[in-house]
Amino acid sequence: MSCHSPSNSKLKNNRNGKAITFALAGNANVGKSVLFNQLTGSSQVIGNWPGKTVEKAEGTLNFEGQQITIVDLPGIYSFSTFGMEEQVSREYIALENPDVVINVVDAAVLERNLFFTLQLIEMEAPLVICLNQVDAAKNKGIIIDTKKLQQALGIPVVSAVAIRGEGIYELTKTALNVSRNGTNNKAHLRYGAEIEERITKLEQAIRNENLGLTYPSRWVAIKLLENDPEIIKLVTSKSQDIIRLSEDLAAEISSIHKEPCFAVIASERYFLANKIAGEAQRQSEIKITFSEKLDWVATHRVYGYLMSAAVIGGLLLWTFFVGNFLSSLISKYVTGLVQPLDPKLNGSIWGIAWNGVWGGVDAGLTLVVPFVIPFYLLLAMVEDSGLLSRVAFMMDSTMHKIGLHGKAIIPIILGYGCNVPAIRACRIMETRRERLLAAFAITFAPCSARTIVIFGMVGLFVGVQWALALYVVDIAIIFVMGRLAMKAVPGKSTGLIMEMHGFKLPSWSVVRKQTWMRTKSISYFVFPIYIIGSALVQVLFALHLLTPIGNIMAPLTVWTLGLPVITGILLIFGIVRKELVLLGAVAIFGTTNLALYMTSVQLVTLALVSLIYIPCVSVIAILVKDFGKKAAITISIANIASAIVIGGIAFRLLSLFLH
Amino acid sequence: MPKSEETSSKSMQDYLRAIAAISNNGDPVNTTQISKYFDIAPASVTEMIKKLSENGYVKYSSYHGSTLTTKGIQEAQKITRKHRLLEKFLSDVLHIGKDKVHIQACQMEHTLSDEAEESLCRFLKHPATCPDDGKIIPACNLPFSSCEECIQMHKQGLEEVGKRQQNLVSVCSLKAGSSAKVSFIRGEHRTLQRLLDMGLTPGTAIKVERVAPLKGPIEVCVRGSKVALGQDVAANVFVESAKAQVNKAEAG
Repeated sequence: MSCHSPSNSKLKNNRNGKAITFALAGNANVGKSVLFNQLTGSSQVIGNWPGKTVEKAEGTLNFEGQQITIVDLPGIYSFSTFGMEEQVSREYIALENPDVVINVVDAAVLERNLFFTLQLIEMEAPLVICLNQVDAAKNKGIIIDTKKLQQALGIPVVSAVAIRGEGIYELTKTALNVSRNGTNNKAHLRYGAEIEERITKLEQAIRNENLGLTYPSRWVAIKLLENDPEIIKLVTSKSQDIIRLSEDLAAEISSIHKEPCFAVIASERYFLANKIAGEAQRQSEIKITFSEKLDWVATHRVYGYLMSAAVIGGLLLWTFFVGNFLSSLISKYVTGLVQPLDPKLNGSIWGIAWNGVWGGVDAGLTLVVPFVIPFYLLLAMVEDSGLLSRVAFMMDSTMHKIGLHGKAIIPIILGYGCNVPAIRACRIMETRRERLLAAFAITFAPCSARTIVIFGMVGLFVGVQWALALYVVDIAIIFVMGRLAMKAVPGKSTGLIMEMHGFKLPSWSVVRKQTWMRTKSISYFVFPIYIIGSALVQVLFALHLLTPIGNIMAPLTVWTLGLPVITGILLIFGIVRKELVLLGAVAIFGTTNLALYMTSVQLVTLALVSLIYIPCVSVIAILVKDFGKKAAITISIANIASAIVIGGIAFRLLSLFLH
Repeated sequence: MPKSEETSSKSMQDYLRAIAAISNNGDPVNTTQISKYFDIAPASVTEMIKKLSENGYVKYSSYHGSTLTTKGIQEAQKITRKHRLLEKFLSDVLHIGKDKVHIQACQMEHTLSDEAEESLCRFLKHPATCPDDGKIIPACNLPFSSCEECIQMHKQGLEEVGKRQQNLVSVCSLKAGSSAKVSFIRGEHRTLQRLLDMGLTPGTAIKVERVAPLKGPIEVCVRGSKVALGQDVAANVFVESAKAQVNKAEAG
């Protein structure tokens, strides 16, 4: 299972050597990651939803003998950052001084994109503009005159269709040229005189004070006037005079325009962006695209919810049926031919261990791989289609009931794949409280590992309807626990402000790459864990070491949850990886037919408990990293407590009508 | 803070308030009724009505009489609110005799700025009725569902951008497909900044694309991009609308 998104090849940035750096920056979902993959040949995760890149990724490009480090930055709308991922981009561009910033711009939304371009110009970053998705813009009736745009901005502009590799060569060449010769920006992008005069005044004062800031003075001046909390904090620690001066100047601008100064600056910037975009683009009548028709369905008050439910339900059913089919194929033609499973409790330790190893391989091949591939395939398609932002739009009011806004549904749905990247994706939320609440909800989301447990135990031996029922119950658990957490962590929630990107047909190459990458991490990283885990369980079992541990857990497993004694050990192994609950059971019972050893009630209860009882170690690790030990421990305890209560109730209820 | 707009002169405001007071649920008011109300000659009333009609505050027909337009209703409401707040202040705080407060308030109401009106409302702890005649003080044009929210807002230090004019409606009240111009936004600094950064600066034309069910977000098209705004965010974005929706309960 890929619980870990591929680590990005971190290359040492050889500054004293010849290596140069290009950073890709721009609004969310303009195709930065697509461009990154084209340039570096790597497989950075791509998705048609805002905020999918929350950390920077690095890769290398060898272009005509020149070694270039490419940095893919999270989407950013403005240097006045809103989410945590924007902060990453801001820090990188402002402090790391990349040799060239390639500003990727969506040709269909030029004006809004230029708002950020203008800020990059203010920051005096060496710039090249990649005017991306010119084909999609053309379909919408928008044609952009690159030369005019280039003239107006004073920056090289290269048009491209990154997904098809068009314009990549020219872009790289242009960027390389900028890195060698500079931009030579002669354009005068200036604000209104009354503002410009004060910016210059403040800029001069900052220069004279010699504050030793790493940021360009003009940019600092503008940020001060914009009332940027971080820059104010930074400058306050160095010079009170500058702060006083900027407050005075801001008040002057405010009184001239009868607006707060930050609003005046935003308006002025948009005025410029509007002017430049208006001169450079030609727009004919906008056609109603297929995407917009689909949008009508996806956001309809009835069909919209049906569609979301159908997509998630379909995703699970598809996984089950395709997985089941693949599984039977594999056991018929691969694993079944070699050796039937036979629990070996006697004989040499090596014999038992070897048996365990084979059990791990068998279970991995028949229970894990067949289910994971179809699941990831469909998830990648959902991610690439743009459906997620519609779901966020439709679910906003519901999410408010658990203290979050609509965008939080995106990481939660990603949690169905794996909780680790999902928790990382919580960085798209604006405050720590919201990130924490979302991460907590995610720990209850049935990741693909848990899906395997559910299908392998309940789907196969109790009935697929019971497996699906577990997902429905799980949604209720997420909601109730989310609601409790919201009450426990007081605070305000931020309102939703989210760009809605168009629907598109998922690109086959993107979907294929994504699925392969996630599946690959199973073969290289996770498979060995199954094999070792399985061998270990069998050896410990043969040595009669498991029973005492099981007995210690018995008050919980047997009395509270009505499970066999041995499940205590399974649940301990499951902390490492949730699939080990299933694989461990297979190893101990010596068969994949678990119905021989457990009743339907026990299978359902065990699957339900595995679903919620504790985050696996990888998830605990990311919780500690992102939220600290205290939060990670609290979340784990909440998980354990809920599993005991819910599992106990479920066991008693199920015993009434499931035999 | 935007200044009070001196759109209507003192006597025009008096007339608007009079028409609102005489009229029953928006029924037309004839010249005779007005002349009786002010105790002046019908001829001078006709002249004033003409002036009001030219300024778009009333619709006048010689057969039916005068009816207030939306603009007129809002102006009348505003001045009525100021009048009653002042009466409350004069009587409760300054302890001026009830017989004198009306005349005093009539003189003060025209010079009271919107900002002072809002502060006065808070100072008087959001009074519901006027001491003079027990009539309800019209709600302020800030669309708070309760005064509690107004107090909260000032505690949280919300900021404002744009012009707070009379004819504003919140984006929330727009139907899908309608277009309008952003006029005034209010919110916490960060949210406000983000709305501006997404292109919702005062004066920008927007179009409501769709509204999510269950009091969900509103998707607006702004500067060629589509942005979803949660209800709580959208409620604080105000637009100028040709057809301002006026709550009848507040009128008069």
